[in-house]
This record gives sequence, structure tokens and C-alpha cells, in this order.
Amino acid sequence: MVHAPRNSFLVPGVPRYSRSVIYSKKALYKRKKVQVPKTETKVETTKTKPIGGEKNGKERLIPLEKAPRFYPAEDIPRPKKSRKVNKPTKLRPSITPGTVLILVAGRFRGKRVVFLKQLASGLLLVTGPFKINGVPLRRVNQAYVIATSTKINISTVCSLDKFDDAYFKKAKESKKKITEKEFFEDEQKKPLPETRASDQKEVDKSINAVIKKTPHLRDYLHSRFSLSRGQFPHNLAF
Amino acid sequence: MTKGTFKRVVEVGRVVYVDRGEGEGKLAVIVDIIDHNRALIDCPTTGVPRHSHSYRRLTLTDFVLKEFPRSGGSPIVRKYFEKENILEKWNKTAWAKKLENRKKKSVLTDFDRFKLLKLKKQHRYRVNLEEAKLRKQKA
Repeated sequence: MVHAPRNSFLVPGVPRYSRSVIYSKKALYKRKKVQVPKTETKVETTKTKPIGGEKNGKERLIPLEKAPRFYPAEDIPRPKKSRKVNKPTKLRPSITPGTVLILVAGRFRGKRVVFLKQLASGLLLVTGPFKINGVPLRRVNQAYVIATSTKINISTVCSLDKFDDAYFKKAKESKKKITEKEFFEDEQKKPLPETRASDQKEVDKSINAVIKKTPHLRDYLHSRFSLSRGQFPHNLAF
Repeated sequence: MTKGTFKRVVEVGRVVYVDRGEGEGKLAVIVDIIDHNRALIDCPTTGVPRHSHSYRRLTLTDFVLKEFPRSGGSPIVRKYFEKENILEKWNKTAWAKKLENRKKKSVLTDFDRFKLLKLKKQHRYRVNLEEAKLRKQKA
């Protein structure tokens, strides 16, 4: 039978019963401790290597991994290894592929965009579409988004498999010393990879075809969301 | 009954709109006056149980059940209420329509609100166009 714990705290940190009192109260002496034998798998760390030459004893035990030749002169405290694994982000149930979202933060705040899919990092892949409201294929956090009840059927949209987190990652710049000339010149903007534009066009084309079918939907996505006087988001139905 | 400046008075048989509390948003009838703060209200037709209700949470309507007997039971309330077709009359009032519209508006989705805005714009444009034409004729 499960019951409330026998022990309680007199003050936080000071239990009413000691460990030994609890031992007898729980009647742990009646129970036999059964130890589960550990199954140990031995990991080889050394190997025997045959050695030539008569006086060398034929073979020698050699560690598989060589000990480092240098040690740091002082002990440096190392950070503890974390075994915690981040839980995958749960998608809000109101967001399904094709949902029209309202972006509430960032450069595109107030824009209404179409949700395509959730990426492995938990971020949402959205598109304006670019042609309608200027929002490109983009990743957004679902915390900065209002989900509306308007849904667009995106089952006919072209394959989105190639869009993952790596697709949106910037190419790493190799560190190099800045010359004087470069320092005083304006930094030139790096052009986006050409595939981006063509991918955008491809996705937009198939989505626009669907959007066209519903009257006012194009204008809806084109317009920006804003609150007027006396309107409060917590009182609104989206 | 002398009414003076008041058009509606608290009286037995007065139909009221329940603002808050039990039976919120429904019509009921004042069956009896308990004191200067509360009245006994009831209406089986709209589903308001017989209970005492503060005047502060009631709004009087224009309707009065004629010759309604004081502290008449629920079946009697139903009889008088339905005899005068109060619900039908109520639904025709501007007040009831306003409440109905407010309710409809509150459930509109974001896309619905946008469509409403657009249609209103179109409507306004046409009305203004005609108005301008008429004005030109007059001038």
C-alpha cells in the first residue's frame, strides 16, 4: 500500500526521524537486500606486440592509446560534462502545416505568413510568400508567433525536404587580419547563395496557386496585423 | 401609475435584462420586490431560475407583463410571458440586435475581421460615390 511518507521535517533540513529510526519503522530488517551482479564488459586498453631481437623478450605489452607527451604545468579545472539532453520542442497544437501565423517580433513584425513545417531545431519554417508580403523562407521561434485559425491547404506545395537548419546556416567566415584598406572601406554585403532565390520562387509559385483560390486571402496576407483602439489581443479570437 | 421623468420603473411584472450573475444575458420577470436592493426574478421560458437578484445587476426593459399577479409561481410567469410574446418583441428591439451583433463580432477570426474591413470599405466607397453625385446635382 502506498501511504504518505512517515518522515516529516521539523524545520526544513531537519527530519523528525533519524535514518536508523526510519530503518526500523519501515521494517527494512525484514527485507533482504538482493544485489544485482554487475555485468562488466572489459575494454581492452593494451595489446601485446611481438618484438624482434633475441634479447628483447619476444613481445611487449603496449597501451593502445599513447599517453600525451606534455602535461599542463598547472591543473586547470575542467567544466563538468553535462549528460542532459534538450527535449525536442513541442509544436503548439494550433499550428499545423498551412496555418497562417502573425509574426509579433523582429523585422517582419505584424506580417501574416504561412507556416510550412517544423525543423529539427524546433524552429518554424515560414514563408510570406515573398511575392505577396516580402517575407522570405525563414525560420522563426513559435514563441514570437500568433497562430490564426486560417489554414491553407499546402499538400500540393512542392517538396520541402531540402529545407533544414543547415540550409539556413551562414557559411563560417575564416578569421583573417583586416588590412588597413579593408578597414576603412565599407563592408560589402555578401550576396545570398543563388539557390535561395530559385528555391523561394519554386515554393512561392505552388503556394500562390493555392492562395489565389480563396477570395481576399491574398490581400489578407499582404496586409499587416495591428491592434486598433479598444482591441486587446487576449480578448480576440484568431 | 405616475412615472414622472422615469420611463421604466421597478414593478411587479417588469421584464428585465440580467446583466450579471445567474441567468446572465437573459430576460427575466420581476415577480416580487424584496427590498430597495433586491427583487425576486424568474423566467422559465428563457431558463432563469427563480431567485433574488440585485437591481444593480439588472436593466429594466420597456416591457411589462400586464396584470401579472404578485409572487405568481413559475408556470404563471411562463403563461404571462408567452401570452405577450415578449421574446419575439425583444428580438426586434435595437437593443437585442446590438447585443446579438456584439456576440457575432466577438467570435470573428482574424481573417473574418479582415474581410469585414474590406467589405465595409467597398460599401463606404459606393455610398460616398452616390452621395457626391447627388450633391453635385443639388449644387
